Amino acid sequence: MAATASPASLDSAPRIMRLVAECSRSRARAGELRLPHGLVATPVFMPVGTQATMKGITAEQLDALGCRICLGNTYHLGLRPGPELIQKAHGLHGFMNWPHNLLTDSGGFQMVSLVSLSEVTEEGVRFRSPYDGDETLLSPEKSVQIQNALGSDIIMQLDDVVSSTVTGPRVEEAMYRSIRWLDRCIAAHRQPDKQNLFAIIQGGLDADLRATCLEEMTKRDVPGFAIGGLSGGESKAQFWKMVALSTSRLPKDKPRYLMGVGYATDLVVCVALGCDMFDCVFPTRTARFGSALVPTGNLQLKKKLFEKDFGPIDPECTCPTCQKHSRAFLHALLHSDNTAALHHLTVHNIAYQLQLMSAMRASIVEKRFPEFVRSFMGTMYGDPTLCPTWATEALASVGITLD
Amino acid sequence: SLRDLEESVRMKLSLTKVVNGCRLGKIKNLGKTGDRTMDIPGCLLYTKTGSAPHLTHQTLHNIHGLPAMVQLTLSSLAEHHEVLAEYKEGVGKFIGMPESLVYCSLHDPVSHCPAGYVTNKSVSVWGVGGRVEMTVSKFMAIQQALQPDWFQCLSDGEASCEETTSMKRARKSVDRSLLFLDNCLRLQEESEVLQKSVIIGVIEGGDVMEERLRSARETAKRPVGGFLLDGFQGNPTTLDTRLHLLSSVTAELPEDKPRLVSGVSRPDEVLECIERGVDLFESFFPYQVTERGCALTFSFDYQPNPEETLLQQNGTQEEIKCVDQIKKIKTTGCNQEMTSFEINLKEKKYQEDFNPLVRECSCYCCKNHTRAYIHHLLVTNELLAGVLLMMHNFEHYFGFFHSIREALKSDRLAQLKELIHKQVS
Repeated sequence: MAATASPASLDSAPRIMRLVAECSRSRARAGELRLPHGLVATPVFMPVGTQATMKGITAEQLDALGCRICLGNTYHLGLRPGPELIQKAHGLHGFMNWPHNLLTDSGGFQMVSLVSLSEVTEEGVRFRSPYDGDETLLSPEKSVQIQNALGSDIIMQLDDVVSSTVTGPRVEEAMYRSIRWLDRCIAAHRQPDKQNLFAIIQGGLDADLRATCLEEMTKRDVPGFAIGGLSGGESKAQFWKMVALSTSRLPKDKPRYLMGVGYATDLVVCVALGCDMFDCVFPTRTARFGSALVPTGNLQLKKKLFEKDFGPIDPECTCPTCQKHSRAFLHALLHSDNTAALHHLTVHNIAYQLQLMSAMRASIVEKRFPEFVRSFMGTMYGDPTLCPTWATEALASVGITLD
Repeated sequence: SLRDLEESVRMKLSLTKVVNGCRLGKIKNLGKTGDRTMDIPGCLLYTKTGSAPHLTHQTLHNIHGLPAMVQLTLSSLAEHHEVLAEYKEGVGKFIGMPESLVYCSLHDPVSHCPAGYVTNKSVSVWGVGGRVEMTVSKFMAIQQALQPDWFQCLSDGEASCEETTSMKRARKSVDRSLLFLDNCLRLQEESEVLQKSVIIGVIEGGDVMEERLRSARETAKRPVGGFLLDGFQGNPTTLDTRLHLLSSVTAELPEDKPRLVSGVSRPDEVLECIERGVDLFESFFPYQVTERGCALTFSFDYQPNPEETLLQQNGTQEEIKCVDQIKKIKTTGCNQEMTSFEINLKEKKYQEDFNPLVRECSCYCCKNHTRAYIHHLLVTNELLAGVLLMMHNFEHYFGFFHSIREALKSDRLAQLKELIHKQVS
């Protein structure tokens, strides 16, 4: 296949990322992605709007929060409403009327999450539809074809995803298969000038397998790399080591997308480890359960202790929910059947995530990222030294100490 | 004198004209600062627990033509009495609508409560946490905490609950409601906080003409700020039989005070009530339409340009052809009460329809999204469906009220009425 290359770069691959600043201690970077639907500042958190909608909030609200890229899901959209319809609607952008960037996952993750409905072979993943019992084969070619119809700015290869708690030969099989599927995706991709196909590094929690995957995949001519197969049930100690291993072997001038990570602490640590892009359902999902994200953790607003709390969720937050409403009102509304309660929290939680990334980016640009990390951990855990062990070790590995 | 000053800042209803019983005008000097105005005929913004259904401040304010007055319900707020009392600044501010005028009704017109809970001393409402029983003093204490601009007086609305009202029950509803009113007025006088709130007297009396007249005359003698005509809610047939009662009641009421009716929100019923002297309505109908995954599409453009007429005729014909199909679907699930004022976005035919819900509609949904997208959101059970449909349905409905006022202004109400009736299945 392609000639051997150093982690630096391959000359012909498109450079969509511009590095603006780098932390002199850790591996944190601030950058800018140049995508077909506009610029995206990194590090970036991408909210997940699985079925062509960001749950209860409008495209206008999402835009107003400063979101410039969000996720859609190929598996779901491939079933309903289907790629033909979306193509008729001028792509996913046209269908949901989102003017900024979209990233679509390949459908691979559903292999894990819907494992009882799926069967993996070299050909692809065979799914039984939960809606009508119909069988569909999601092959690398089919996944790319659907994503081509969706027209998203970043598309993901179909990878053979194995739960991080699985051990044994299946992990190795999945890793090698993912490389072969990457090549098939690259070959099938019809619109490389309009859509950026990212590879997904697999290998589970095995350092050797990951290293092999990194070595092979970085030989391929892709604009960006994702770190996959993590953020499942694995221990955090194993998790961070795989992330660190991956970022140490990925090219510096291409974006690193860590899939499925969204807890605040995890975001901060993984930015320190050199990741640029993140996605997770957590903030939007937890909002729908009445949980508001704050710098000290979260507020379970349905609890009685908020009944007469007349302050906003976070006095420092600039989101519309915090500008207009009190915890007490949200508490009352959450106990009603008015869905508006959920939307207020969704708006806030997305704002929280985006504000966190923005603050991190500013600290990297202003050369004070390690101080930011210390301050963040102090607020979150009461004292920087009370930060979880795995995080302390991960940060230490890149030169950031918390005492 | 101080009295004259008070008089001049008190709210005032001025009628521009009265045409065939329909009143067109303005209510001025509203609100705590006395500088707000409302148009009549008009409607109030329907809310659930102090928030428009599905909508946050941002999405609510995407809607053009928002009413100046919001309707809150005691059924959703009574259980938060303690919180509001401690908050001290009134419910308008608590819910994040400090700019709105606030009207507090007893019940939620959509989910009416079980009958049998009114006594000589108390009325009950149902909140999320269960039944809240209110004596006059508890009721007024709650209103003190809410500090609404207008509130429906504690009243006995159960005479109209059963199939046929007995004379005895009708009489009791009037007696009780008058007693409650007198007690509430007395307590209001003793409360400094409630000086700026206006009590709306409630006309009861079931279906008994004699009692309805008595209720109207007696209530009109009290210093109330307006009148709520209660007991006219139900299905279109029951309203039909009560329309003559409505005319007789409004004939007894002073011209210079607003008349609200509860439980009536359908476009055709609204027109019937306006013709019988009603000024203000609740806007829960667009909410009900939203909940069944439907969008209001009825036309209220009573003087369209010829090209538009042609296009609309073609559209109407298509809709009429489908009415039979709709009737078949009607009986399944939540489409049971679907009217011919709306389309059901769940229908397969909208799957590839890239038109807006209503052509020429300037709401956020129609300006930004298609029928196909709404269909997708409904089929996949996504929350955004409710948000977008609510925005459209409210805007469409408020547009209807605007057209009523315009029609009255230009003496074209007959045309509007004919247009609406053409669209009733």
